[in-house]
Order: sequence, then C-alpha cells, then structure tokens
Amino acid sequence: MILPGILASGISGHLGGNYTSIATVTLSSTQSSVTFSSIPQTYTHLQIRALTVTNVPSGSAVMYFNGDTTSANYHNHYLYGSGTSAAANNGGNNSYAPEFVGGAAATSPGASIIDILDYTNTNKNKVSRELGGYDANGSGFINISSVLWMNTAAISSITFNITSWLSGTSFALYGVK
Amino acid sequence: MASAPTYTPIATYTVSSATPTISFTSIPSTYTDLVLIIGSALSATSSKGGLFTLNSDTGTNYSRTELYGTGSSAGSSRGTNISSSATYIGAITGFDTTNPANAILHFMNYSNTATYKTVLGRFTLATQESDATVYLWRSTSAINRIDLNLQSSVNWTAGTFTLYGIVAA
Repeated sequence: MILPGILASGISGHLGGNYTSIATVTLSSTQSSVTFSSIPQTYTHLQIRALTVTNVPSGSAVMYFNGDTTSANYHNHYLYGSGTSAAANNGGNNSYAPEFVGGAAATSPGASIIDILDYTNTNKNKVSRELGGYDANGSGFINISSVLWMNTAAISSITFNITSWLSGTSFALYGVK
Repeated sequence: MASAPTYTPIATYTVSSATPTISFTSIPSTYTDLVLIIGSALSATSSKGGLFTLNSDTGTNYSRTELYGTGSSAGSSRGTNISSSATYIGAITGFDTTNPANAILHFMNYSNTATYKTVLGRFTLATQESDATVYLWRSTSAINRIDLNLQSSVNWTAGTFTLYGIVAA
C-alpha cells in the first residue's frame, strides 16, 4: 500500500539530441585496456559512464588522452572517503591520469562517471572530473577528483588501462551538445 | 558510432502538498543507466534522512560508503547490512523551503543480472553539507521499482523528482 504517496510508472517523451551515445565497450573476456578512438569533434563535452569489475579490489586505472604518455603532462587532485575517514591528495607531473574505474568483484562492482569538459577547444588545456567508487558491504571507497591534461589538442581518443577488467565490465561514451 | 538521442525522462513528479512516499514503478529495462534528479524540501526544522528501497526489498541487503563536507570539516562514514527498510540517503531532503536540497542518484547498469547493483549519489544541502555516496544493493535482479521515503514521519512539501533513462549505443 503506497498511498498517500505518489505512484509513478508513466513514460514521457525524449529530451532531444543533446545527450548522445557515441560508443560502448562491454567486455566478454578479461581485458587490460579499453580505448575510445576517432571520437567525433561535434560535441561540447564528453561523459564516460562505467561499471567495472576487476580482480584487484579497489583497483585504480590510468587514463590517457590521445595516447599521450608524456611525463609531466597530467596533474590531478582528489578527495576521497574510506568509510571511516576522509582525505585529499594531489599528483603532478605524471605521464597518466589516475582514475578510479575499479571495483572488487561482481558482488561489489565499481562505478565511475567522468566528465571531460570542452574537449575540442584548442585554446586551452583540458580538464576532466570524476565521481567514482564502490561499496562491498564493509569496505569501500568514494572519490571526487579532477584531472588537468597539459595539452591544448582536441581530444580524439581516450584510453583506460588496468591490470585486468573482467567480463561484464562496460564503458559507455556520451557526447553532450 | 551511433548518434541517437538517448537521455529520456521516464517520469516526473512535482510535490506541492504533504507527500511521504514517491514510487517509480514498472521501470522499463530498456535503458543502460537510470538517473534520478531530486530537488526537495520538507516541513521540518532540521534535515531528515531520506530512504530508497529497490524492488520493494526491505531486507538488510544495502550498504553504503559516504564522503561529506560540512563547511568546517570533511568525513566519511559507512553503513553495512543496513537493517532499516531502506538505505539512508544523506542530504537528500533539505528541511524547509528556505533550505532545500538537491540530489542526483545514478543507478549504474541497473538491468544487468550478472552483478550486484552499485548506485552513485551526489547530495547538496547548501546550509549544512555536501555529500558523495556509493551504495551497494546485494541483488542481481534488474531494478524495476524505486521507492523514496522519509524517516521521522515527515513529508515532502515541495520539490521535483524526475527519473531519466540513459541508453548506451
């Protein structure tokens, strides 16, 4: 019995074409790398939504733009909670961008949402932000982070590497007008 | 690469009178993720816990890891085997129309039946705290129903609750 609350089940119309699915990678076997390449330059922002399963509990991945592994080109700040304490840290002059796109197992998959803002603008460096984490009913991790890529090039490819992602892991790339 | 519109409102509710429960039922399984966006206020003198229940599961099958900042300090907390009828949602509610709250909940890959379900949430009650929380629902069932409730027998008195579906290519 739900009343006097509100009961909802209707479906209304589409929002239009301002948020578009570009590509999705769903793993059917263990992989250590996922790449979105030939990203269209017709959007304003990009969003990546990932649900990940690894064999490395709370494993973090690294992210590269345009295959750039140049030392000192990536900087990041992050704020995280372990379930018992909060902490903040930063990393600079890296050859990669650390991102949480991990998760321990199918019983505690990790989730990440990464926004890459103004990715085609060649007049400035690029900034991304992430909300990510996992919970394993007694352990877990929640993270808010930002990444600076010291490069003015338009982003045309994004690569994530980790020791291994397991079958069932999925990455979806969206474009925002 | 596909290029179809893919961010679809499934249902929207605008609260203008005392409402203790909001339920999204018969959620289609045709999307990849669900996004629930809430702007809400109560008729109360302090914030109250908001709760969500998935598929009417009132068992101790929820847990969470939370990160919050109060303006003077940051902290993190955890809930395991949560024994109440639903999972506590941080600053989802606000407490009056002068101090409303905003919340965004992401139900990731909600219709897959291979994994337990992970939910990411971001909450803002600007006069009290900002919060990020990850939830786990220990079930491989596809999510087909979301119920929102409040602790302390209070009601929502104002707000909008919209559930969106996102389809991946």
